[in-house]
Amino acid sequence: MDWGLVATTFWRLMGALPLTLEVWFLSVVLGGLVAAGVTWMRVSGSKPLEILARAYVAVFRGTPLLIQLFIVYYGLASLPAVRHSLFWPILREPFNCGVLALGLCTAGYQAEIFRGALLAVPHGAVEAARACGMSSLLLFRRIIFPIALRHALPAYSTEMISMVKATALVSLITLWDVMSVALKIRNDTLVTYLPLILAGAIYFTVNYILGAAFLSLERRLSPHLRARPS
Amino acid sequence: METLRIFGFGEGGWGLALLMGAGMTLLVSACGLLIGAVIGGLVAWARLSGHRLAGAAGEAYAALFRGLPELLVIYFVYFGSSTLLTTAAFIVGYDGFVGVPSFVAGALAVGVISGSYQAEVFRAAYLAIAKGELEAAVSVGMNRWLMFRRIIAPQVLRFALPGLGNLWQVALKDSSLISVTGLTELMRVSQVGAGSTHQPFAFYLAGLVLYLIMTLVTTRVFDLAEARATRGMRRIAG
Repeated sequence: MDWGLVATTFWRLMGALPLTLEVWFLSVVLGGLVAAGVTWMRVSGSKPLEILARAYVAVFRGTPLLIQLFIVYYGLASLPAVRHSLFWPILREPFNCGVLALGLCTAGYQAEIFRGALLAVPHGAVEAARACGMSSLLLFRRIIFPIALRHALPAYSTEMISMVKATALVSLITLWDVMSVALKIRNDTLVTYLPLILAGAIYFTVNYILGAAFLSLERRLSPHLRARPS
Repeated sequence: METLRIFGFGEGGWGLALLMGAGMTLLVSACGLLIGAVIGGLVAWARLSGHRLAGAAGEAYAALFRGLPELLVIYFVYFGSSTLLTTAAFIVGYDGFVGVPSFVAGALAVGVISGSYQAEVFRAAYLAIAKGELEAAVSVGMNRWLMFRRIIAPQVLRFALPGLGNLWQVALKDSSLISVTGLTELMRVSQVGAGSTHQPFAFYLAGLVLYLIMTLVTTRVFDLAEARATRGMRRIAG
């Protein structure tokens, strides 16, 4: 075993980790914002808005992320209308396309998580808050949001982890993330497994830390469910 | 008109190729799901066996493959299985590179990923069987195989169906990643079409629509199967 090779490969892969995390973070935030809008449309009570929200979720959850990514990166760039629009400086960059596609996709999944969490808020709690005269905003801040957040957390952490895994797809649109650097090293050095194994270890560690962080957040937010100290 | 010709079935039309690609997607996903069912069943069995070592191995398998990017697993299985096969061929006396067909590698990769999730579905389904039924089966003198065939398997399948429906969708979507190995499934056909006609938007959109149709239709099939499998059960809701 050539430990020098292991070390250089590892550090080259680690050098690409910031880009992977950046794509992850920005797309998750973008997805959260879009998902909030979609969820609001879904529960707004207006039929057309609800249908639109349902269609959004069905399309983005019912098709592979890869083809969505290629539509945004290769597809949009081929349309003259897009090339001449003011969005072109944004859509020209593969990084922005990656964030946009990943964000729009996770929004579909996050919207379903948010909706499920909203449905889990007991009707009685909302009625009680109304009865003591809370305004809509206060009702949301004090009653709906804290209860919904706790319900959403387990599914949300799963979605966050699957988004880390999804960032590997941006290697297919010319971005130098951990995945593509691993493939590049593999091509250059003809070492078959090492780059892939080390890249796998990096992804796995990131996901492990993320999962543990969410688990501790879950525990902190639900002290009332823990066993009482004797 | 031009678009109609490109997606038509006549000369220079890509309609048939896209449909064949969709068929290949369904086939490779279905094979992946089946391989995943075998792996998932074994892992669930290991975790339920009560054997400490087997349980830990099953848990490690599930944790590992849920924590790795699907694309990485596909590359790994694709490159890895070819190397294994080449080594095996060398041992039996064949000198040279032997590539594993991308269909086999793809189905295997999707199966390996799906299996790590199916293990959990099967385990939960087994735990949902009422204890009394297993005890009753033992007390009427069923042997283990008969008990598995008559009591456990039918109920595990019934309880696992909703979860398997979800995982079928996941397998269908993961199968698009197999396009990186060159298998001519729907994603790959869309790519080739996009490249040779210089109309990426139209081709990827066509691929997207076909994927959407496949997920919507097959979800309906799973819903019907679920309704049939649970037709004898009292329901709380739905």
